Amino acid sequence: MAFENNVDMDHPIHDIRSEAIKNFETKGFPSKKEEAWKYTSLNSLQKIDFSIFPKEENALEYHQVKKYFLHEIDTYKIVFIDGIYSSYLSETTHDGVDICLMSSALTKPMYQQVIDVYFNKVASKEESLTTLNTAFSREGAYIYIPKNKAPKKPVEILHFATGNEATLMLQPRNLIIVEENAELQVIERHQSLTSNEVLTNCVTEIFAAKNAIVDYYKVQNDTKKASLIDNTYIAQKDKSVVKVHTFSFGGKLTRNNLNFYQNGEHIDSTLKGVTILGEKQHVDHHTLVHHQQPNCESHQDYKGIYGERSTGVFNGKIIVDKIAQKTNAFQQNNNVLISDQATINTKPQLEIFADDVKCSHGCTIGQLDEDAMFYLQSRGIPRKEATGLLMYAFANNVLESVRLPELKQRINKLIATKLGVRLGFDL
Amino acid sequence: MLKIKDLHARVEDKEILKGINLEVKPGEVHAIMGPNGSGKSTLASVIAGKEDFEITKGTILFEGEELDEVAPEERAHKGIFLSFQYPVEIPGVSVTNFMKTAINESRKAHGKEDMPASKMLKLIREKSELLDIDRKFLSRSLNEGFSGGEKKRNEIFQMAMLEPKLAILDETDSGLDIDALRIVANGVNKLKSKDNAVILITHYQRLLEYIIPDFVHVIHDGKIVKSGTKELALELEEKGYDWLKKEPVV
Repeated sequence: MAFENNVDMDHPIHDIRSEAIKNFETKGFPSKKEEAWKYTSLNSLQKIDFSIFPKEENALEYHQVKKYFLHEIDTYKIVFIDGIYSSYLSETTHDGVDICLMSSALTKPMYQQVIDVYFNKVASKEESLTTLNTAFSREGAYIYIPKNKAPKKPVEILHFATGNEATLMLQPRNLIIVEENAELQVIERHQSLTSNEVLTNCVTEIFAAKNAIVDYYKVQNDTKKASLIDNTYIAQKDKSVVKVHTFSFGGKLTRNNLNFYQNGEHIDSTLKGVTILGEKQHVDHHTLVHHQQPNCESHQDYKGIYGERSTGVFNGKIIVDKIAQKTNAFQQNNNVLISDQATINTKPQLEIFADDVKCSHGCTIGQLDEDAMFYLQSRGIPRKEATGLLMYAFANNVLESVRLPELKQRINKLIATKLGVRLGFDL
Repeated sequence: MLKIKDLHARVEDKEILKGINLEVKPGEVHAIMGPNGSGKSTLASVIAGKEDFEITKGTILFEGEELDEVAPEERAHKGIFLSFQYPVEIPGVSVTNFMKTAINESRKAHGKEDMPASKMLKLIREKSELLDIDRKFLSRSLNEGFSGGEKKRNEIFQMAMLEPKLAILDETDSGLDIDALRIVANGVNKLKSKDNAVILITHYQRLLEYIIPDFVHVIHDGKIVKSGTKELALELEEKGYDWLKKEPVV
């Protein structure tokens, strides 16, 4: 029941698995005693007896799930239903680029070499939930873009949970390699289709070679019973540009561990996020940018709007090694609390060992700007609608760097809907 | 149309307006001049309903109705418009979409349906031509990255779209070069009628060469210390504001 089912017993992946199992057994689930998990408790999730292997395969018709796809444009699709690959809903390719599955890649000798070089190479071997995924992951996306290539269209990775199991735990594992001068755009989404409990512990490894350009969009708008622990590890080489946008609009508990490792010069890393939460939802953004070489940049911009009894965490760690002179590292986290009961914990963590660097960080927690409010009201826009418009404007500028216009429009609409106000115009 | 009687207003503990009396009738243009910090902009904000200011004494009547407890958006619905000295940037909301929202909210307040899209477009085209505004400008985010002149022209465009009964232009001339000033003034003049009124708040006489006021008032230390016709503005231009400090207030 794993992606190496058809692989020889002496394949290195077996060793990686056993080591990961051992590491997880030693560490166990993270607890609130650990600094990195101080504000996010997994206790309630650990009490649930999750089913790890669904008993039967479930099918979905396209029309049932169409709205979760970026159906306005043509895309490659790698779709999983309850953790099992759905060839019916997917559209993969081997035409110049490889957009397929981990299991199928592992069975082909030519991909095996690639997997040997990259699999589990940037993912943490210590972080317990990552090792849990490494130990037990069954399936995931495999994307390989060779030198100088770019797929004809963006790739969507979608995970649906049908609720045929009362509780379900999923552990997808994605491996993405973008070679020199190659390009890739990915949209990833985890979507539960019922009110049953789902826990997803996802690991994605992305390798961007020299001059590679990668845009990765995470759309998180799941149900009240769906939780996601996302662990994304990105290794970048010279002059590569990688942007990750995380849109967190829902779910019960969402933890985003986003880690960038710069292994070259003139690298650009961008981490952006919009979070809009209500009810008792919880989102925890933990970012790491490790500047390991000189002359690189990183840009972080996270905006959060928290209502009702929702809670948010932003922990942004920047490490600048002694050798990484001329680093430019920027980090911004702005939050608006629209309810007295909502909370946000925001913490920049800078570890700078080089002396010739530009680092800036800022976090704000506030209410809406009253001067802006008066401006809108003086134009006849009532306070409630003006609040919506201002929050929309607050979140909106994170979207400037979204390069897919259809996705940008979708997210804009989602933001407007989430804010629950009439904007008075179509987006 | 507007009657201000013995208006006192303060922000926190600081009294800024100390007994303003002013009457504006339909068809009139009033200029309010005065040195920095005299209370000109405060008067504009208080008429438009900014909540930072507390009225401690006196009243503002608009078409016979007391405004004290009326929210800023309701004042807008009644036909009061304030052109801001420092318009606020709203990223992600285009000038066009902002105007649609403002107009339809006002219509809703008057129990009317949304303005049909075709009519809205026609109105936008008409008014943007009046102010020599490029179509591309209308799809840009409101005030974001606008030059000082563009912001002011955009304020007057909004005024043209909303067709207020009383327009208060707060330092609309500041930051404008002579060409932009002429376009803005020309726009205001075309929108003037016997039914609406304009209050021009300005530091300099320059704007008044293009928009001729019926009355000029000089405000100093929270009070109107002198009123007259347009000749008063010329006199001020010549003498500056220093004489205010010397001359005893009558």
